[in-house]
Amino acid sequence: MSDAIVEKTEVAAPVLIQVMNQVPAAGPRGESPLHHADLASVARQGNQQGGVTLQEVAFLGHLVIRGSIENSDFMSGAEKALGVALPGPLQSGQQGDVSVRWIAPDEWLVIVPGAEAFAMERALRDAMSGHVAVVNVSGGQTVINLSGANAREVLMKSTGYDVHDNNFPVGKVVTTTFAKSQAVIRRTGEQSWELVIRRSFADYLWLWLQDASKEFGLVVRT
Amino acid sequence: MFDIYCPHCQEHREEEEFHASGEAHIARPLDPDNCTDKEWAEYIYFRKNPRGIHHELWVHAAGCRKFFNITRDTQTYEIKETYKVGQQPTVTE
Ligand SMILES: [Zn+2]
Repeated sequence: MSDAIVEKTEVAAPVLIQVMNQVPAAGPRGESPLHHADLASVARQGNQQGGVTLQEVAFLGHLVIRGSIENSDFMSGAEKALGVALPGPLQSGQQGDVSVRWIAPDEWLVIVPGAEAFAMERALRDAMSGHVAVVNVSGGQTVINLSGANAREVLMKSTGYDVHDNNFPVGKVVTTTFAKSQAVIRRTGEQSWELVIRRSFADYLWLWLQDASKEFGLVVRT
Repeated sequence: MFDIYCPHCQEHREEEEFHASGEAHIARPLDPDNCTDKEWAEYIYFRKNPRGIHHELWVHAAGCRKFFNITRDTQTYEIKETYKVGQQPTVTE
């Protein structure tokens, strides 16, 4: 585990606890939460055209960072490491392949390419100070991208949250109910949405999304 | 369904996303080792349960997961205001 709380006071130097790379260069084979669904075969054998396109983006690095917005060392340190400022309520930011989502007033979810998670974790720890935390949660969740002309209708069937343009512009991010589970939903484009979902709910939500997309034609991409 | 304003997310969300967590503004005795049994029992067990205006602690469980307070009328279910923990209600009667 790389859980660590770095506390710093006037007199004590920061203490780091068990910071390690969770993705060893060689060793156990990684399996995404949707490994069993064999999306590669579904993509080959299923619809090639339809109103909704679904793609799992597996093996990304998911880092939760915590700290107070009143701690300027935390805010400026995070911005320096990420290359983009920590966004305000219900907003997200993107800089190259680094993206950051507001989760709560003292919590953000950063997603980077899987191979860069450890370097980003260390960069964040080096750059931030005060009462802050960085936790690698990559193994606990996965990303599903939903896009297409009918993607919004699938969301309307899945969540009570208002996904109309007036309420959900590109860049906005909300944590809300999704089917009988939850998701962090971010609008990434006019017709594209990103869902961050829990590993333990991935199978259920994959089944749900297949069913909800059926009437529009579901295209799976890898 | 109610729409409830979360002061942290700064927008209304469906009631389904929230949980009620009982009466708000219950102060823990500052020195539990030296308070009376009556003071401790009142802190642990006794609640107002009023008919009318009530200040309650709620949590945005399926959203930002933060606690906040609601002033609510227990007779009409009308929500008068929501405010952050540490703040005081403006509606008291
Ligand atoms: Zn909230």
